[in-house]
Amino acid sequence: MTVDPKGVLTGHHYLDGDHACCEGALAAGCRFAAGYPITPSTEVVERISARFPMIGGVFIQMEDELASSIAVLGAAWAGKKSMTVTSGPGFSLMMEHIGLAAMTETPVVFVNVQRGGPSTGLPTLPGQADMMQARWGSHGDYEIIALCPNSPQECFDLTIEAFNLSEKYRVPVMFMMDECVGHMTERVIIPKPEELHVVDRKFTSRPPGEYLPYKVYDGWVPEMVKAGDGYRFHITGLTHNEVGYPAMNWQAQEKLVRRLIDKIRKNADEIAMYEEADTEDADVVVLSYGITSRVAMRGVEMARAQGAKVGTLRLIVVWPMPETKIREIAGKVKAIVVPEMNYGQVALEVERLAGGRTQTVLVPHGGGTVHDPEAIARAILEVSR
Amino acid sequence: MTTQVAEANTPINPVEPFLRMDRMPHIWCPGCGIGTTVNCFARALTSSGYDLDKVAIVSGIGCTGRVAGYLNLDSFHTTHGRAIPFATGLKLANPELKVVVYSGDGDLIAIGGNHLIHAARRNIDITVVCVNNMLYGMTGGQVGPATPNTAIASTAPYGAFEQPFNLPFLADSCGAVYVARWTSYHVRQMTRAMREAMAKPGFSFIEIVAPCPTLYQRRNRLGDGLDAMKYYKQRSTRKDGASTRDVDIDFQGDIVVGKFIDRERPTFLQAMNHRFTERLGSRYTPYPTGLED
Repeated sequence: MTVDPKGVLTGHHYLDGDHACCEGALAAGCRFAAGYPITPSTEVVERISARFPMIGGVFIQMEDELASSIAVLGAAWAGKKSMTVTSGPGFSLMMEHIGLAAMTETPVVFVNVQRGGPSTGLPTLPGQADMMQARWGSHGDYEIIALCPNSPQECFDLTIEAFNLSEKYRVPVMFMMDECVGHMTERVIIPKPEELHVVDRKFTSRPPGEYLPYKVYDGWVPEMVKAGDGYRFHITGLTHNEVGYPAMNWQAQEKLVRRLIDKIRKNADEIAMYEEADTEDADVVVLSYGITSRVAMRGVEMARAQGAKVGTLRLIVVWPMPETKIREIAGKVKAIVVPEMNYGQVALEVERLAGGRTQTVLVPHGGGTVHDPEAIARAILEVSR
Repeated sequence: MTTQVAEANTPINPVEPFLRMDRMPHIWCPGCGIGTTVNCFARALTSSGYDLDKVAIVSGIGCTGRVAGYLNLDSFHTTHGRAIPFATGLKLANPELKVVVYSGDGDLIAIGGNHLIHAARRNIDITVVCVNNMLYGMTGGQVGPATPNTAIASTAPYGAFEQPFNLPFLADSCGAVYVARWTSYHVRQMTRAMREAMAKPGFSFIEIVAPCPTLYQRRNRLGDGLDAMKYYKQRSTRKDGASTRDVDIDFQGDIVVGKFIDRERPTFLQAMNHRFTERLGSRYTPYPTGLED
């Protein structure tokens, strides 16, 4: 683990979530970023464009999101940590390179500051309706990791975590902010470089000739190389064998795609990050993520004031889901209440995991503003009677 | 056993070290022009003297998009149309690399057209080799942005009627610092152009007109690959420095070949360093451009 102190703005700051995300990326060692202007995410790259020249990074504003989402893959294969930033409409354009990153196992971070959709939707107002797109938006079968911060401080902390996870699992990581978190300003504490946990890329130590780009020597993830080091490797979005060459048959497909999925699914418990409170003797658990988790706390307090026994589970990593934890909770509560700014994306996954052992109650909201806490409180009270 | 002896005695083809021989045979049809261009590219690399460990090749999708997969270099087979922005990220993140984009007309000019024009405008220091077979080969011979009028294609069964792009004019007008066109008949000139383009700081663009015997020649009753060579030989005129405005290719018409553009302009990274140094002074440490002595 090596932290480049140039990228770490140690101290107490008053930052919005977008700017904090930029600082998290810099602290994590991101030194290449590409983007295309889109509300409400642009402040992230505006700050990057101002900060990078001072620390040896390169930012380029590309001609569209198709371009920015693959420029960051090119930079990753040149050995840099890299990131692109967007919101819903741009995220739609980036889907092909989320697929390419998943297929080629390229560590890279995609930031989506979610706004209301579909289509152009509500450019300046919040939404959480890209959660399923983050998971399944590109064609084919693959797994990714998605994180949802609920404060500017977390935009800093978890951007570092997003980079760490992308390096550890060689997977594109979706950093799923929302307009509220991106634009709210709060205190952000940036630690000293030596206090940060930053995961370095695992480059192979094997010499050319003894190295295969897609052979898994240990664990789940192949060792990486970068262009210019003499390995003369080949990378393709086609189904490939351990050499990295195209292999057009079902056996190669089974071996590769199965591993792309298993490296995340089988490590879901290790990847999981959540905050659990008061679930021990709860009748109802409120499961939420992102800005909605903060709104939900008000609803929980209101319900408690009327005697409801409510616990909370806040997902920090939303994909993969902490399946073990959700199953455990489902086995002991009357209901899981899921408020989210969409009409049921995460809630349906929770319902699947609950497997009929408890009731899953969605509190939907189309976005444009946050939930009314009373709607969440009402849902809690209804099921706890 | 006899086979092994025979192989041991066979002289190695001089371009073999540049190819991934473990991937042969390649997928290209007999008479296809792409292999000829790859041969020329290998020879251009031989004579250029570059450290091949520092040369990277990026392709998109399509018949020419398979070139990256056959070259024994750090090689990237990316998504359809996006080889240039991938190459942009690769080059900017490690300017020490010599980055070549090698793809077809459909990939670079249609789906990837936006990236081509902006990389040329920014003067990203990469070389783009565009093999123009005038249609989409991999998918079965559909009409493309370089199909000349009245040529038959699978999705233009009554003949193409859209105005095609004049590729050198497009690259020139967007700011490319080196623009040349050759055909797959002109192997020596093409090889030299590839060498010059790679040595040129900034965005260099080479169009290579090459036959697709299976889909273009046959469907248009133009014979085979050899007939295409005869056509290129008879109807090509070399006009170095010709105005790119005047180099349109009509169906089976004259082909103006040569080096049209060779000019100087700061690369993206040179311009970036210049601007940041001017504005930030000693607070800015110039970023490597790959063009330092």
